[in-house]
Amino acid sequence: MVGTESATVDEQLHEHFTRTIERDQRVEPRDWMPSGYRRTLVRQIAQHAHSEIIGMQPEGNWITRAPSLRRKAILLAKVQDEAGHGLYLYSAAETLGVDRAELTDKLLTQKQKYSSIFNYPTLTFADIGVIGWLVDGAAIVNQVPLCRCSYGPYGRAMVRICKEESFHQRQGYELLMTMMNGTRRQREMVQDATDRWWWPSLMMFGPPDGDSPNTRQSMEWGIKRHTNDELRQKFVDMTVPQAEALGVRLPDSGLVYNPERGHYDFSEPDWDEFRRVLEGNGPCNAQRIERRREAHRDGAWVREAAAAHAAKQQRRGRAAV
Amino acid sequence: MTDSTDRNPEPGQVRTPDTAWPLFEVFVRGKRGLNHVHVGSLHAPDERMALHNARNLYTRRNEGVSIWVVRAEHITASSPDEKDPFFAPSGDKVYRHPTFYELPDDVPHI
Repeated sequence: MVGTESATVDEQLHEHFTRTIERDQRVEPRDWMPSGYRRTLVRQIAQHAHSEIIGMQPEGNWITRAPSLRRKAILLAKVQDEAGHGLYLYSAAETLGVDRAELTDKLLTQKQKYSSIFNYPTLTFADIGVIGWLVDGAAIVNQVPLCRCSYGPYGRAMVRICKEESFHQRQGYELLMTMMNGTRRQREMVQDATDRWWWPSLMMFGPPDGDSPNTRQSMEWGIKRHTNDELRQKFVDMTVPQAEALGVRLPDSGLVYNPERGHYDFSEPDWDEFRRVLEGNGPCNAQRIERRREAHRDGAWVREAAAAHAAKQQRRGRAAV
Repeated sequence: MTDSTDRNPEPGQVRTPDTAWPLFEVFVRGKRGLNHVHVGSLHAPDERMALHNARNLYTRRNEGVSIWVVRAEHITASSPDEKDPFFAPSGDKVYRHPTFYELPDDVPHI
């Protein structure tokens, strides 16, 4: 008898959840949700947060070598934003009942992933501009639809992030325009950086639709609003005129406007490379994770000291009362 | 706010010390004349550090003129489901809304 009743309650909860999604309303932290929905969100938000945190490294790498105080201040602000984005996202993940420290452990022990794009090196200062233009540009295309994600806290975190990403992309493009108006050597640096980052940027949208088994369920749940290939196409269409305005060549001989489709055709990225990098064999995977572990170890005494200070203050406060 | 279930570490997992830092919910007054609005959460060892961290995290671009932080554990919330009988008493009192009253169109300023 009890079993039947609880089955009915479960059905009602499920129905309420489904209705919320169908009406395009938001699911909030204390609502009932299917365990798969919760798991998918935790995985996606954590992976997204880790990407922001690891993403500080390729650019942080150039802060001390920025060519002017202006560029250094901009780069510092940008890297600080990435840390902030990571924290907004960990905050959103915590509303699903996981702990930030637990997620950090999973990153450090490589039980959770981060975006494969950050496993490529930043070889010259032009890379800083190209990351802003292409990598943050791709991130914006990915993230704008996430502002309408069915899970409230994730959507709200994305709204904050998207506002700040716009600065990231524009500072990158401006940096590149400056270099393109400079010497021949500087223009070559921009072209070289574009050649190296173009394909990894296209891979940021994930595997082709036919090879992305979770997409359908995520779309049904309103976590994802567009497929990987739709977003990739949108990014290509947006970027071609930007490359023309800048005067750089995108490294794809198959890139040509298709008037029938109303979109640019482009070649298939090297998905074997994508899988290799995702499996941990990209140029910088080991370095990135080791740097993150080191930072965590080096920061341990600060975290402990702050906690000890807080405990002491609390004891004194109690004694005073 | 934050669901307190399922916060236990995996068996055998070594906890990092910052788990001891409590969770604070952050509320920001965007500008004078507006209410404080919940913007997110953060971990900090104490209230003072929570305020400083909140400033650095949630108001890097003049998003606020005042910040409240409160330990998440100190928040009492209505029941788990955001739509439940707790709010039913307001559901059947349509007469609390101005649109409940029908007045002739030609009466001015009302």
